[in-house]
Amino acid sequence: MSKKLLLHNIDIPGIETIDIYRQHGGYSALEKAFSTFTPDQVTEQVKASGLRGRGGAGFPTGLKWTFLDRKSGKPIYLVCNADESEPGTFKDRYLLEKIPHLLIEGMIITAYAIGAHKAYIYMRGEFKWIFPILEKALAEAKAAGFLGENILNSGFSLDLYVHPGAGAYICGEETALLESLEGNRGNPRLKPPYFPAVMGLYNCPTLVNNVETLAAVVPIIQLGGEKYAEIGVGKSTGTKLISASGHINKPGVYEIELGLPVEEFIYSDDYCGGIKDGKQLKAVIAGGSSVPILPVDLILKTAAGTPRLMTYESLAEGGFITGTMLGSGGFIVYDETACIVRNLWTLARFYHHESCGQCSPCREGTGWMEKVLFRLEHGQGKMSDIDLLVDVAKKIEGKTICPLGEAAAWPVAAAIRHFRPEFEYHVTHRSEVMDINHNSISAMLVSA
Amino acid sequence: MNWTHETRSKSMNNHIHISTSTSAKSEFSPATMALVNEIIIRYPEGKHKSALIPLLHLAQNEFGGWLSPESMDYVASILKIAPVEVYEVATFYSMFNLQPVGKYMLEVCQTGPCGLNGADKIINYLKHKLNIDIGETSADGLFTLKTVECLASCGTAPMMQVGEHYYENLTPSSIDHLLKQWSNK
Ligand SMILES: Cc1cc2nc3c(=O)[nH]c(=O)nc-3n(C[C@H](O)[C@H](O)[C@H](O)COP(=O)(O)O)c2cc1C
Ligand code: SF4
Ligand code: FES
Repeated sequence: MSKKLLLHNIDIPGIETIDIYRQHGGYSALEKAFSTFTPDQVTEQVKASGLRGRGGAGFPTGLKWTFLDRKSGKPIYLVCNADESEPGTFKDRYLLEKIPHLLIEGMIITAYAIGAHKAYIYMRGEFKWIFPILEKALAEAKAAGFLGENILNSGFSLDLYVHPGAGAYICGEETALLESLEGNRGNPRLKPPYFPAVMGLYNCPTLVNNVETLAAVVPIIQLGGEKYAEIGVGKSTGTKLISASGHINKPGVYEIELGLPVEEFIYSDDYCGGIKDGKQLKAVIAGGSSVPILPVDLILKTAAGTPRLMTYESLAEGGFITGTMLGSGGFIVYDETACIVRNLWTLARFYHHESCGQCSPCREGTGWMEKVLFRLEHGQGKMSDIDLLVDVAKKIEGKTICPLGEAAAWPVAAAIRHFRPEFEYHVTHRSEVMDINHNSISAMLVSA
Repeated sequence: MNWTHETRSKSMNNHIHISTSTSAKSEFSPATMALVNEIIIRYPEGKHKSALIPLLHLAQNEFGGWLSPESMDYVASILKIAPVEVYEVATFYSMFNLQPVGKYMLEVCQTGPCGLNGADKIINYLKHKLNIDIGETSADGLFTLKTVECLASCGTAPMMQVGEHYYENLTPSSIDHLLKQWSNK
């Protein structure tokens, strides 16, 4: 079994309450940070830990903290990104609903390190039942003296609030999130000049980190940054939550030590437990819907033939030609029966729906890709549609305000790169393709 | 079958789908008003517009599950902002309903990972059972069927959200059971 730093207590009954959380060592990292470290020393620990952002981009967390403009004289804000909307990703939800104090403790330590006195948890609005869980946990933390004025007699004060989104994937992008938090439409801002570290929330320096990133600060302080860095492999230090879904025996959220072989993750009973119904593995999207899909041979081994590992580096080996990304840890498994075209069409529909519409390559391109994929999947496609898709995807890349455009383009390019014959089949076997779709209701009525 | 739907910007620029119907009630209860005041002070002075989305959720909740023009104007008046600033925001976010909806809104996830485990079948089954299409409300006003994008519940697919709850690992029989329960309430 691999090492657990975030989920080791998750199944303890009552762990969502502060009393039980504290009985299992909760808030000891906060006490340690406040009594033994200056704010800068906390940042040093996080730098030494090698922690990288768990929201998807994998940027070094400690380094990101040092980018904050400390000299502006303006207040500094801390914002937790709990928008979790990337298809395939459901790990933050697990922490939020099961062990809210872990995030709160991590946020208080982080706020102390960066000198923030106001912090917000921006959580997707659909998590309606989690709002009361967080509100209760925040009230408990405040009553215990971990929030509010003069925390643990340190002279440091912090107010921490939960803020709801209202259904918009784009608000997971950090500048769109800040727009939304200011009460606006979630249109991403131009960078430069709107780097959150300098011109963030209310035009003040702002740190945006993912739920899991902020939670990981707790074990980093407990262990010390250097000890944390010994876990994992190379520059992929520590543990990572992976949310596994699709055609597997045991879907769910797993904490892995970075460096675990992909094959072990898929087939071991400690994790996914193998492919459902004894079927064969066909493909995997390893890091949320925005990263390139890989066929079975390339997900289990790199093009060079070495075992693929669950690390930022190993998954990326081969670039976008034969590799992919660890991303958000949304691990989607496809068995031999899965239709790549159909699945890609639903993802294209998702990106088109979620485009904020500010940039024409993204607004129009996502619409085109959805339309063409619909056509192919519904037996109305032409051979030239396949190259048309590649072309539209290419025209989005690098020409947009935020990365959503690319997030929509990459999956299309990758699916065609690795599964072109399947797209061609949809053109050469149109009536067969149509039948599959239209039979689903009758099949359903029989099985009911 | 129709593939089209609009991106957020188009729904804003071309035509705002704001209803001309009115809602029965459009003032917060004293308890909600107390909550409103608590929410507003979470944001720095002068930044009270940040409270807009939280207040729209409260309004939708309290005024029949959707946002009528009066409800939005009312929220604008509380925050002392222009009504158009509220419309602009309400039209962007998919959780805000700008038309009346049924008592139970069935929001079924249709995105890829759920698709792998039978989301389409669940959607078709609901259409058949309720005898309505996506976006429609049943004749008795009880159910509205809506498809939504990934709700971070992909490991327990197929799934839907109804009100505060996620209903996961759906099967035809679990749906039958839920519909019966809601119909008899
Ligand atoms: C379209 C889009 C959606 C995103 N959604 C999320 C999200 O739901 N949660 C998240 O933490 N980061 C998301 N991100 C990444 C954030 O912009 C940002 O990099 C992240 O919150 C930084 O935190 P981290 O360094 O701790 O990962 C998204 C980015 C893009 C472009
Ligand atoms: S790339 Fe797409 S989502 Fe991002 S700002 Fe442009 S239009 Fe909006
Ligand atoms: S795809 Fe349906 S919940 Fe994620």
